[in-house]
Amino acid sequence: MRRRLFDALRRAQAEKRAVALVTDLGTGLQTLVHADAQEGDVALEDEFLPQVRDAIRRDRSGIVEFYEGRFFIQVQNPPLRLIIIGAVHIAQALAPMAALAGYDVTVVDPRRAFATDARFPAITLNGEWPDDALAALAPDHRTAIVTLTHDPKLDDPALLAALSSPAFYVGALGSRKTHAKRRERLAEAGAGEDAFARIKGPVGLDISAVTPAEIAISILAEMTLTLRGGPKAKGEG
Amino acid sequence: MAEAAAEVASVLDQAAAWLAEGRQVALATVIATWGSSPRPVGSQMAVDDRGAMAGSVSGGCIEGAVVHEAQQVLTTGEPRLLSFGVADETAWSVGLACGGKVELYLEAIR
Repeated sequence: MRRRLFDALRRAQAEKRAVALVTDLGTGLQTLVHADAQEGDVALEDEFLPQVRDAIRRDRSGIVEFYEGRFFIQVQNPPLRLIIIGAVHIAQALAPMAALAGYDVTVVDPRRAFATDARFPAITLNGEWPDDALAALAPDHRTAIVTLTHDPKLDDPALLAALSSPAFYVGALGSRKTHAKRRERLAEAGAGEDAFARIKGPVGLDISAVTPAEIAISILAEMTLTLRGGPKAKGEG
Repeated sequence: MAEAAAEVASVLDQAAAWLAEGRQVALATVIATWGSSPRPVGSQMAVDDRGAMAGSVSGGCIEGAVVHEAQQVLTTGEPRLLSFGVADETAWSVGLACGGKVELYLEAIR
């Protein structure tokens, strides 16, 4: 890889832009494909670019064949994101665990006593109201959103915003009873059955979790299962 | 792949740090897997000319061989395709204990 392309790859990573490095496995020639440009040893044909963009969108690196050539597409997407509503005890466990799993984590809580750097070292904190925060953070299909406050004033606006986004995972802490009441409130606010069904509640896989850290594990496990597609993925290596 | 994003970041960061120190650096990338290979396509590992490594391309079974191959690539500057698997004993002296097969692209950053 030329040093110039390596540096461009690192710049894209630092600026959190999605790119793909395409390598011709026969010749070793390489092209870095950006959202609206490409650079490198050789310009890819217009006919080939849709395959590269599709790989970026699906977040799937792999070998593709194009005419006589074999090409490897290395997708470099920005990190997955996790937005946690509620700077509570469970969030103190979930935030660093998710960061370790590769997520860019933001904790949203307008209550100053909760969202402090001392409680969340090295985690991005956002003191806006959840609906304003989510509007600004613009969750995409590579974002997970989890509400943990137990307070409908904070959780409900966040969930309504989450359901109008393409977030791949929306989870809400609370018992079955709490979740049933939530269903009624959100229905009044205009969330239909299909939208409500997207919410994982009670949040997390049932692993009989008790402590905040164990609950965080069950949430991260459910996020992983949702992201990776469940039993189908087993056996694919 | 996505899961590897943060981890690949640290591999490239390490590669950049070595380059800044004046080391030569090779990059190995998993380009295809069969069976139960432990690391997904897109996983990367950087190797410098002293044999130091960052990241991984298997569960630890073939990293040693990749470090060795990387020295050749750094000498010649020519990229190589490597394949490792239990059924491929004649080509490579190491295999994957898990029974999977993995193909790597190994290149120098120049």
